[in-house]
Amino acid sequence: MTEFCERLAITDAACAVVDQLRARHGALLFHQSGGCCDGSAPMCFAVGDFRVGSRDVCLGDVHGCKFYMSPEQFRYYENCHTTIDVVPGRGASFSLEIPLGLRFLIRSRLLTEAEQANLRPLAVGAGD
Amino acid sequence: MTFQRPQFKPQYENYIGGRWVAPIDGKYFEDTSPIDGKLVTRIPQSSAKDIDLAVKKAWEAFPAWGKTSAAARSAILNKIADTIETNIQHLAMVETCDNGKGIRETLGADLPLVIDQFRYFAAAIRTESGSVSDIDATLVSMEIHEPLGVVGQIIPWNFPLLMAAWKIAPALAAGNCVVLKPAEQTPVSILVLMELIGDLLPPGVLNVVNGFGAEAGKPLASHPDIKKVAFTGETTTGRLIMQYASENIIPVSLELGGKSPNIFCASVMDQDDAFLDKAIEGLVMFALNQGQVCTCPSRALVHESIYERFMEKCLPRVAAIAMGDPYELTTMMGAQASSDQYEKILSYIDIGKKEGAQLLCGGQPYKHAQYPGGYYIQPTVFKGHNKMRIFQEEIFGPVLSVTTFKDDDEALAIANDTLYGLGSAVWSRDMHQVQTFVRGIQAGRVWVNCYHVYPAHASFGGYKKSGIGRENHHMMLDHYRNTKNVLISYAKEKMGFF
Repeated sequence: MTEFCERLAITDAACAVVDQLRARHGALLFHQSGGCCDGSAPMCFAVGDFRVGSRDVCLGDVHGCKFYMSPEQFRYYENCHTTIDVVPGRGASFSLEIPLGLRFLIRSRLLTEAEQANLRPLAVGAGD
Repeated sequence: MTFQRPQFKPQYENYIGGRWVAPIDGKYFEDTSPIDGKLVTRIPQSSAKDIDLAVKKAWEAFPAWGKTSAAARSAILNKIADTIETNIQHLAMVETCDNGKGIRETLGADLPLVIDQFRYFAAAIRTESGSVSDIDATLVSMEIHEPLGVVGQIIPWNFPLLMAAWKIAPALAAGNCVVLKPAEQTPVSILVLMELIGDLLPPGVLNVVNGFGAEAGKPLASHPDIKKVAFTGETTTGRLIMQYASENIIPVSLELGGKSPNIFCASVMDQDDAFLDKAIEGLVMFALNQGQVCTCPSRALVHESIYERFMEKCLPRVAAIAMGDPYELTTMMGAQASSDQYEKILSYIDIGKKEGAQLLCGGQPYKHAQYPGGYYIQPTVFKGHNKMRIFQEEIFGPVLSVTTFKDDDEALAIANDTLYGLGSAVWSRDMHQVQTFVRGIQAGRVWVNCYHVYPAHASFGGYKKSGIGRENHHMMLDHYRNTKNVLISYAKEKMGFF
């Protein structure tokens, strides 16, 4: 069976925060935001609270959470590998980690040619 | 006058129904200053219960406030403006402490614009009128305005007082009552403002509930008794707010940012004069408010024939940006508003380097000798191309991405190759060329030979994914009220159907 290369990863620190939030809010997802203020950062919501768009692109599934962004924004992420990390801070969005005094953030690098040749196919929309 | 960190109470409360009210769950969070990372005060960590109370108190106030005469509402808005003007230096210091921006900006831009916003809408409601039409000889149509009721407003942290004023002034002018949630990074200036102006308004007309987005923002945005939600922020939360609004079938105003193009045509360099100097300043405007402006001119498009010469003049101006004590009038750039904002900006500088953009200056945190615990970043300029993420994603920091163009068509194509359409500018000595850009750019604001000017009488808002609705200008009043049509028949004869 083919082993695909992933576009997405998550740090141990972010996993620990996901576990903490999941214990309280149930299943979670991420949606990468754009625009001003707290944009250009991932938002973490309970599955079922944020309505995933039918055209939203799913970059992958890490630590039990799917990670989405709008297809227009994905055009600029096609060649990027994304790692979800967490830092101390205080955002002003509705993302669930903010009351903990923490903020999810993404770190990026370009995908290698070898990785690009063997990427996991993308999923679109909320799916199951 | 010397400026310094002002004194704060050790703890603030919510302002609900004309009184200072502790959060029902008794929880508070710590508000720190980005200047030094130190504690400012404690702020209520409110929940849905506090939002419910504020919405209830606002509805109790609405029947009287909604019927208050335009003259009386206008007089109150003018008193609010006068009170802010009397206390401008204190409020400027409070805003600088909570947000991190330099005192020269709070004193010279934020607060004067706040004052003007209240005066503008005080005047607007005295001079406007509905309309009357003769449909035919016996049928008269009247279009009259009525306030929506209680509205919810969620305020961003980049201009805490000014963005609050942009939303409060037209809403109150139109006769609505407000439940407002300040940003959790910058809550205290609005609370200090309420200490000054609270008594000028009838109890319940303006309510301020503090807390986090997930705990207080969501209950406000999804509240079944709110008649409109206004939000400034980012796209995912904007979508969530529209989703909540769809459950209640209410309107929203969304201002969601941009990646504004700042276009410098070749004629800018035709003379070495005051206009060239102004254009150079226009490029350096990316650093205003540490780049934390929804309309930050974060993409500079420079004609290829002048690129080298123009940037030779611009880069020393960037290098001359003084990053001292934000309480000193000579300081041009202060602290980024929060630690996560600081981290995000650095992560995008890292992305720019990895994408292969050429770093022209900056690119590092700024080590502030006086405030080592604050969040400072050097003004940063990259050269690259428009498909790079640093050209496409809003960094919301002092980071400029510069590229070149060969002709007007290419400049327009680059300018419009963005998900957003909030701000934009064109710099040229050729008015025909200017007109090509003015009509060709897909954005809600085109500055011609200027930038970062925000008069209350000029509408502000976005095309494309930059949002829905407008702020400023008296057209804004219609975003805060219903239109009622009254059809009056003077005919005594029946229509003849039955």
